[in-house]
Amino acid sequence: MTRIVVVGAGPAGVAAATLLVERGADVTLIEERAQPGGQVWRAPAPGLALDMDRLLRGDSEGFRRFHAGFAVLRPRIDWRPETLVWNVHGGTVQIVAGGAQQALPYDALLLATGATDRIAPIPGWTLPGVFALGGAQAVLKDQGCLIGREVVFCGSSPLLFLAAVQYARFGAAVTVLDTTPLGAKISAVPGLAASAPRQLAKGIGLMAALRRQGRPMHLGVTLLGFEGSGGVTGVRWRDARGVERVTACDAVAYGHGLRPESQLAEIAGASLRFDRLRRFHAPEADALGRCGNGLYVAGDGAAIGGAEAAEVSGRLAAMALLADRGESVEFGALPERLARLRRFQDGLARAFAWPHAQVAALADGVTVCRCEQITAGEVRAVLAPQLGAAEVNRMKAATRCGMGRCQGRYCGHAAAEITAAALGRADAPLDRLRAQPPVKPLPIASALVEDDWP
Amino acid sequence: MSSVTADVGIIGGGLTGCATAYHLARRGARVVLLERGFVGAQSSGVNFGNLRLQGRYLRQLPLALRAQRLWEELEAEIGESVEFSQTGHVLAAVTPAHVAEIETHAVDCKPYGLDVEILDRRETLRRWPFLGEIVIGSSWSPRDATVNSRLVCPALARAARRHGADIREQVSVTAVEQAAGGAFRVVTDQGFVLDCGHLVNAAGAWAAPLAAQFGEEVPAFAAGPVQMVTEPLPRFLDPVIHAVDGGILFRQTARGNVLIAGHPRVPVDAESRRTRVPPQKATINMARLAKIAPFLRTQNIIRMWTGIEGYLPDMLPVFGPSRTTPGLLHAFAFCGHGLQIGPAVGAVLAELILDGGTQTPIGDFAIDRFRTPMAADKAKLKHEFDMEILDRKMPN
Repeated sequence: MTRIVVVGAGPAGVAAATLLVERGADVTLIEERAQPGGQVWRAPAPGLALDMDRLLRGDSEGFRRFHAGFAVLRPRIDWRPETLVWNVHGGTVQIVAGGAQQALPYDALLLATGATDRIAPIPGWTLPGVFALGGAQAVLKDQGCLIGREVVFCGSSPLLFLAAVQYARFGAAVTVLDTTPLGAKISAVPGLAASAPRQLAKGIGLMAALRRQGRPMHLGVTLLGFEGSGGVTGVRWRDARGVERVTACDAVAYGHGLRPESQLAEIAGASLRFDRLRRFHAPEADALGRCGNGLYVAGDGAAIGGAEAAEVSGRLAAMALLADRGESVEFGALPERLARLRRFQDGLARAFAWPHAQVAALADGVTVCRCEQITAGEVRAVLAPQLGAAEVNRMKAATRCGMGRCQGRYCGHAAAEITAAALGRADAPLDRLRAQPPVKPLPIASALVEDDWP
Repeated sequence: MSSVTADVGIIGGGLTGCATAYHLARRGARVVLLERGFVGAQSSGVNFGNLRLQGRYLRQLPLALRAQRLWEELEAEIGESVEFSQTGHVLAAVTPAHVAEIETHAVDCKPYGLDVEILDRRETLRRWPFLGEIVIGSSWSPRDATVNSRLVCPALARAARRHGADIREQVSVTAVEQAAGGAFRVVTDQGFVLDCGHLVNAAGAWAAPLAAQFGEEVPAFAAGPVQMVTEPLPRFLDPVIHAVDGGILFRQTARGNVLIAGHPRVPVDAESRRTRVPPQKATINMARLAKIAPFLRTQNIIRMWTGIEGYLPDMLPVFGPSRTTPGLLHAFAFCGHGLQIGPAVGAVLAELILDGGTQTPIGDFAIDRFRTPMAADKAKLKHEFDMEILDRKMPN
């Protein structure tokens, strides 16, 4: 019997598993967390009575539909929650569950590993109390907690206003400092209106809601840094007219959009391609999510697209998988729908551009690699000329930048920008830190093997 | 096509090539080193960092002791840190046979000038109380040391360049020709040729084809030693702890990570230069670590990797002058023991080229020892290599 392993139980992975099960496939669905949902439909921790209608408002219907769908799916699949896939090797996924390592052979592998925040380092970003925007949302959805009472939401992201509104609904005093250049936003509007008028209207509605509530909101600002000793106490910024200001706060949610979690795909053998618009690498796949050799990718881990695109891409990747195994499938209008959703995302990526020039010009004293405490100046100091590092992996070898607990998942993009700029190659496709297993820290105690040594 | 002229051309920018360039340049020779990728980016830069004296092949000890003197002075000499740390080495015995082995070795290495101390179980556990019950004795060698291998080759290459060496990265050699007068012409993919009177073949796991071109076939093969690290921990360990049979070894880096390695070495693809650690092998190393140092069970592995090293069936390198071609010198396939002796290998090659000879005994490593077919002792090697490697490379 064919065993299909799906990694990630967010909208993409669950949509894929659902379609595969309906076609009679034997599906193992692996999820790192205890519950399905991914980031967008993240459910409150068990036993926590969080009012999801109040939190999600108009989106609560989608939340309920997802979890109801999963309840139907669950008895029909091999469901593996709290299971880490730390490696893919030789036709097996290597997992850790219940404190023990195990190898699961597969015939086809569908990765729906989602996305995490892409961090643009600025002075003070490693202070306690500074959260990634997605992290601030996860704390609320998962634990029903706020990261602070007076929270500054800052950066440039389509999720910035949504997260601020959600925090406001739960009583936080929020301030929004939007760094998106106004021109970029305005010039993106026609494209967004054409490809997804509903999402555009929703975004405008969120801004209007905050304004009605009298929440401070500043557009087109420049962030200068997060301040405080031992914890964040303020955000220093410059307004659109050039006046420098400080907003007091006890927490910061800071975001510049998302990046695909592509390490597992890379380890599983996918090629990565450089996305010039977003300035990151993503798995090389066809429009349906095929990477070749029985490997498929879907959702934000394949291409940043949001919940709806994730669901559609999950179904498409599952169909492609079935088609490749000789089954007849009807793709219908789904490919065109996915293409339209991704065009909308291209518009968002232009409006909320990753501030690469600002990252590349980061002051020497600012930390780039949080795990190893490596500054921008230390990165620049080891680069060529004179037999210095000539690309980012050699820079890593010389500095330890990207060698810590997160293995470069959080510093890698900034390190690549700084390296490329310092080497005069900012216009070429960026280098990237190569992925190595384990994808996440692997407990030594999980190695329960029969070994006759000595 | 432009032409570059040098006294000595070196193919390969690993430790052997960089150390040779450094010693030659220091003595005034005109040197050009060609590296296909980046200096020290292959096995020279991803190894365990062990500058181990005890437990070596005995007749390599004069070379090794010479190398240790060079290591002891290297940082001061080149003005850069390579995290040289002379904190000793523990050969940990976990079977009675291991105890017998270290006791014999302690006697045998003494005439060469290496003094090691045999410790019983109690003394071993007094000094390193975190070691597991399975450790029943040890051999302590205080002069052994470690370095951060990632830093060594770039630092040596910079030092060589300061002495006038011409180090060229991202240059592939496409052909080597010998002119009538005996000089070499090295053709590259970067629009120039290198003309040189002496040529050093220091191409590591990729060196054998060049030797074969000059009529010197060697049964070299590639393999990878598996390495992994934990997250950084507060300092608890200074020396290297190394099971006598090499089944597991570990040390704590300057940063605090525990660096772990151990036999057997795994298959690697030298052609694609891509390496993958077989997960079952990583798991075995983790289980063995938990046996020899149980308290590390609570730690996490954050990264694992391997490199592409050249090996020969008698576990000794090819190192010395070509026996067929005057002016050509070979130094490759160091069988996983190349880091410690690297600086002395460079010094000796410089002597062979500039003085016509050396006082350091290297006869055991001559390339012509393979003229008569050598039967590999598979039984002996089976602890050191994955069986897949032995079956493929030594089918007899």
